[in-house]
Amino acid sequence: MGYMKIGFMEVIRIFAIEVLGQNRLGGNADPVVKAIVLDVRIPRILTAVAVGGTLAVSGAVFQGILLNPLADPYTLGVSAGAAFGASIALLLNIAFLGSFNVPLFAFIGALSTLVVVMYLASSAGNFSSNNLILSGVIVAAILSAGISFLKYMADEQVSVIIFWLMGSLSAKSWTDVFVLLFFSSVGVMVCLFFSRDLNLMSLGEKTAGSLGVDHSRMLPMLLVTASLMAAVCVSVSGIIGFVGLLVPHTARMATGPDNRRLIPVSFLCGAILLLSADTVTRAMLPVEVPIGVLTALIGGPFFCYIFRKRQTRHTKHGF
Amino acid sequence: MAFELNNICFSYGSRNVIDELSIFINSGCFHAILGPNGCGKTTLLDLLSGYIRPASGKIYFNGQNLSGYGKRRLSRSIALVPQEYRVNFPYTVREVVAMGRYPHQARFSHPTARDMQIVENALEICGAEELSDRFITELSGGEKQRVIFARAIAQETSVLLLDEPCANMDVKHALRILNVASDQVRKKGVTAVAVMHDINLAARFADNLIFMKQGRRIASGPARDSLDSKIIQEVFDVESLVAMEQNLKVPQVVFLK
Repeated sequence: MGYMKIGFMEVIRIFAIEVLGQNRLGGNADPVVKAIVLDVRIPRILTAVAVGGTLAVSGAVFQGILLNPLADPYTLGVSAGAAFGASIALLLNIAFLGSFNVPLFAFIGALSTLVVVMYLASSAGNFSSNNLILSGVIVAAILSAGISFLKYMADEQVSVIIFWLMGSLSAKSWTDVFVLLFFSSVGVMVCLFFSRDLNLMSLGEKTAGSLGVDHSRMLPMLLVTASLMAAVCVSVSGIIGFVGLLVPHTARMATGPDNRRLIPVSFLCGAILLLSADTVTRAMLPVEVPIGVLTALIGGPFFCYIFRKRQTRHTKHGF
Repeated sequence: MAFELNNICFSYGSRNVIDELSIFINSGCFHAILGPNGCGKTTLLDLLSGYIRPASGKIYFNGQNLSGYGKRRLSRSIALVPQEYRVNFPYTVREVVAMGRYPHQARFSHPTARDMQIVENALEICGAEELSDRFITELSGGEKQRVIFARAIAQETSVLLLDEPCANMDVKHALRILNVASDQVRKKGVTAVAVMHDINLAARFADNLIFMKQGRRIASGPARDSLDSKIIQEVFDVESLVAMEQNLKVPQVVFLK
């Protein structure tokens, strides 16, 4: 779409006109500038906030359930499933739903992956953390082989698939924003509601049970909620890595492991992080770097740093 | 009668862990469960805490079928100190003990002054107050176990289920924990059921010994009636001398080589 500079006061004026009505201010905004601010930039900003926050909360919940501070929203293969679904939609160029095909296929892919992984991991209605992680790894490996095959088949369209996989927050419509905000607010509320039970689950299944948590119901419910949150984000914006791993992991150092504090703080930090990263790529860098690449480029080394710092500090406790 | 077990059976796969077990557990007493490894002691506690359900037979808790209680209601009546006490995130000791208050608090409410008082008190009587600001993940096995025990005390329940509560503790702390449990029984009328390995400590603290072998009850009763070298031979398959300790009037066991 190209680059366009709009001054700060101009943006304020557009908001004022939109909120107060044109007549009272007696001025008129350039319709092109107005459309850029209200229908391109604001949806993109809201998408960044919602995706960042939701991925971070989903990651916090995954780390809490799997008792593993290195788990992330994609642990159960949701991202690979979404990527596979999106690749199929892009490859076959399915057009019956207009611009919603790719998100829809991605969501279906993520959902089916979740079902398969949970089926693989379950034994007598119970899920162990190790089984879930292993099943996620296995299914994701199969799916990424599938994605490679699709890319090979795609021929000229391969760049579309690759670009989607790298994640992007550009060209988000208000419909995307509303769908995303709806799912993410429901998801975050569910996670907040059960945050106390999530605390108890870190004492182990038996103890949690003796403190009133029905583990066999709570675990699949939170797994499905957190995975759905991640699935919606991936469907809208492609695969944005490291936010869901790094943000809750780092936030835990400040808030402590109590999920009643960790979950809201993770949401805020995730939202701020992704919004800043997106602002950097769209306004400061000479070329727009795909947001998924940028988060991995910043997040990866930062993660190495705190991981290494933890090793050298010789403390036994995790973050 | 706190618990009444009627012909309970439970098996993992084809192995019968609990085999037609019937016992009464009187309220307001300290019960010790003794028996060799794999005789179903922990499974019995799991059944009593409602963690697992019997394959057949009925368990009554305060006269009502145990499976009719909801988890949350049970958590206000029964506290469990399990053998596995790993905590996976660096909560402070005080936070862990405060989790014992969750069953009594509404979901989003702050702990009341009374809750905090109960937590501090539990920390103090278990000798864990100097640990209270440390991370649970940094503690030794015995220290962690003390914290988990304090959490169960803070839960303020009428039943305490203890699975080898002092397995990793030095003798001083083991005595302290057993004294706290025994105080809860004497002063507050709590029912304590403890799986124990130390027969002498069990004889010293428990009102009732329950000997188990291969998922069955072999004998039960106060130590002075039930504890002798014959039952030790039958249950544990070792030779021993059992003699009355003259000052304490409690039978104590010395094992033979």
